[in-house]
Amino acid sequence: MAFRTFNILPNKRYMPLVVTTALFFLLFGIGSIQFEGFGSTRVIANLLTDNAFLMVTAIGMTFVILAGGIDLSVGAVIALTGVICSVLIQHYHWHPLLVFPVVVLLGLIFGAAMGVLIHYYKLQPFIVTLAGMFLARGLATTISEESIAINHKFYSRIAEFGVNLPGNAWVGASTIFVLILLGLAILVAHYTRFGGSIYALGDDAQSAELMGVPIAKTTIGVYAMSSGLAAIAGIVFSFYTFSGYSLAAIGVELDAIAAVVIGGTLLSGGVGYVFGTMIGVMIMGLIQTYISFDGTLNSWWTKIVIGVLLLLFIGLQKFLGSEVLFKRSPS
Amino acid sequence: MPLLELDNISKTFPGVCALDGISFDVHSGEVHALLGENGAGKSTLVKVMTGVYARDSDKSNEGEKSTIKFCGQELSVLELASPANVQKLGISTVYQEVNLLPSLSVAQNIFLGREPKKFGLIDWKTVRKNSQILLQRFNLNIDVTRPLADFSVAVQQLIAIARSVDMSAKLLILDEPTASLDTKEVETLFRILSQLKSEGLGIVFITHFLDQVYEISDRITVLRNGRKVGCFKTSDLPRTTLIQHMLGKELQELAQREKPDPLKQGVEDLRDAHLRLKNVSVGSTLTNINLDVPHGQAVGFAGLLGSGRTEVCETIFAITPHQSGTMVYNGKVCKFKNPGQAIAASIALCPENRKSEGIIGELSVRENIILATQVREGWWRSIRKHKQQSLSKQAIQEFGIVTPDAEKPINQLSGGNQQKVVLARWLATQPKLLMLDEPTRGIDIGAHVEITKLIKKVCAEGMTVLVTSSEIEELVAFSDQIVVMREGKQVAELSGNDISEANILAEITNA
Repeated sequence: MAFRTFNILPNKRYMPLVVTTALFFLLFGIGSIQFEGFGSTRVIANLLTDNAFLMVTAIGMTFVILAGGIDLSVGAVIALTGVICSVLIQHYHWHPLLVFPVVVLLGLIFGAAMGVLIHYYKLQPFIVTLAGMFLARGLATTISEESIAINHKFYSRIAEFGVNLPGNAWVGASTIFVLILLGLAILVAHYTRFGGSIYALGDDAQSAELMGVPIAKTTIGVYAMSSGLAAIAGIVFSFYTFSGYSLAAIGVELDAIAAVVIGGTLLSGGVGYVFGTMIGVMIMGLIQTYISFDGTLNSWWTKIVIGVLLLLFIGLQKFLGSEVLFKRSPS
Repeated sequence: MPLLELDNISKTFPGVCALDGISFDVHSGEVHALLGENGAGKSTLVKVMTGVYARDSDKSNEGEKSTIKFCGQELSVLELASPANVQKLGISTVYQEVNLLPSLSVAQNIFLGREPKKFGLIDWKTVRKNSQILLQRFNLNIDVTRPLADFSVAVQQLIAIARSVDMSAKLLILDEPTASLDTKEVETLFRILSQLKSEGLGIVFITHFLDQVYEISDRITVLRNGRKVGCFKTSDLPRTTLIQHMLGKELQELAQREKPDPLKQGVEDLRDAHLRLKNVSVGSTLTNINLDVPHGQAVGFAGLLGSGRTEVCETIFAITPHQSGTMVYNGKVCKFKNPGQAIAASIALCPENRKSEGIIGELSVRENIILATQVREGWWRSIRKHKQQSLSKQAIQEFGIVTPDAEKPINQLSGGNQQKVVLARWLATQPKLLMLDEPTRGIDIGAHVEITKLIKKVCAEGMTVLVTSSEIEELVAFSDQIVVMREGKQVAELSGNDISEANILAEITNA
């Protein structure tokens, strides 16, 4: 499905995507040669499981960045969602299936509110979502400073659900969910008018408006979607940790941005792919896996490698951009 | 019944009245040309029609009502609230600059927001096929899956037109669509427009190419300074009369220019030329420009919009360096690579577009004045505060800039005063050659006179001045030499007693 999309899109545009995918296989190849057990389906499956919540967040971030914006609030929204989930389930004894729609709805409203501020009051997305970050994090801490463990039958049953794959690999519910979400996100990006509006808005907001793209709807929709997905990521994260904690997922917004950029999406908007973001998340996970397999390296090396990769990718974007977009020499 | 009918439309921006009680109408199956010089209000009027700008609300106490009617129905404020809404009514627009999305594919650009769907999802196969069929009407056989930015501006413009043609059910508005097209592409466009016209579409056509106006339009509306001069049948309106309407001059009213001082002329002849251009050409925009300007002379560039006036200044200032020919400045052959070198050689240019190129709105009057001086000094050598203050104070006094103090942000000043600040900035660098591109556009009459006086004064001090202007009267008032431009070529030079409004007009019109 994803590849059929590409032939309507320009060749040069998915250079970063090709580079990212090649890099992923290169890293995976190097690890497989160096360490026994690295080149297995199990490592891949674990990559997906461990990074499921980041993947969900990064999908939302991809849309925001494609539309020419940024969302710094997602990490805090994940924490807030976790806290609200655990409080409602543990203290108020709501059923999780009732809690989830409520928190996702709260996420959508939160994001839509930020979108309204950004669009109608012409405020910088950076500042609005930074304020959103403090607000969500603060709310989470106000509700509960302590980590709240979730003990519910539904949680353990879902967590146990999974499919065994050859090679001693196990694919859990969250992974299956994330893969479905990914497919939906690709559909939205390339096969709906909303997706087209997002690309258009990020490419040139003024032209998009003159071409009749509903700017307000798209902007608000994109931030609502990002926060909504962050709320879903919070739910996925609560399945991963079995708890809700107000200081969880600190800095996840930056990881998500890094994954999006490594995935080949232009920070200035208009160019990029959801599929690339998935690869971006996987590369970041793979580096972490590599370092843990190595055993001698400090885990902070992950950050250093990601930093170097980010610089490389920004450089690549600049290089590709200079060829395509440079129209008039500066005077 | 007219298809679109505008009545008594006004639009004011802070400090400027862009449209003043304009009425305009288009019928089905008609091409209505909207003409006027730069700043006449054409684009503003289009933007009001298409929902980009909201027109001024009615002044109820004066009892005047403004209306926009489409297909006989009065349009509500809500229907005019955004371009998207207006497009839904069946009015589509191609703007002067290509307003498409460079990173998206050609097919995506053509069908954005109205993609055919299959099972609720966009049917890309049909999008691609229909785009190809549509573009074939325009003789374009291109790969519609490539990004728009891969194609030339002319092709992009055709794609924009194709999109609008495909969308417009009833009314098509074309704002300078042919500026970047070559003769063949224009022919294709006109063939399609005639076809659309016979299908009953109403077309509003804005251009500054008068040949095209006579070729395609049925009626002409002329705007000048935000006012409607009149609406004419194209077949009844001679070209000379049209240009007079556009420039606002009646031949019989033209005043005699004061006789040039023969003594002054004699002195000038003895001096060496300060600036000399020999066969200077830039691509297809300028061909074989020859110029010989002695010290202390003012040269006026006349011609219609797009005739190459501005380009001559930009070439001398090395914004677009000349590609062939020679430029001799101060007795030396010069080929500046960038404006920095031109500034270093004591050349200054006040650009045409004051808002986007001339001033930095948030900075104070003082900061705007010292900008160019700072560039000349080099950024590492800061100009001492008291020198900055004395420079700006002197400028404010000398030019009569109306501002409470030098620290006021410049965007709070009126247009005329902003223009004086820009002039003051360049004069503070003590240039030897000053170029003013449309120095009096959009400023009030009082400021006109002061700027004219100023030009005369600096010439007397030995500065050489090149001025482009649409205001012929003004050019006559201060120029020692007039160069008339048309289509990137120099079509006439006038000097001495030959300089008169009648002569200049005759040369501009003489196609």
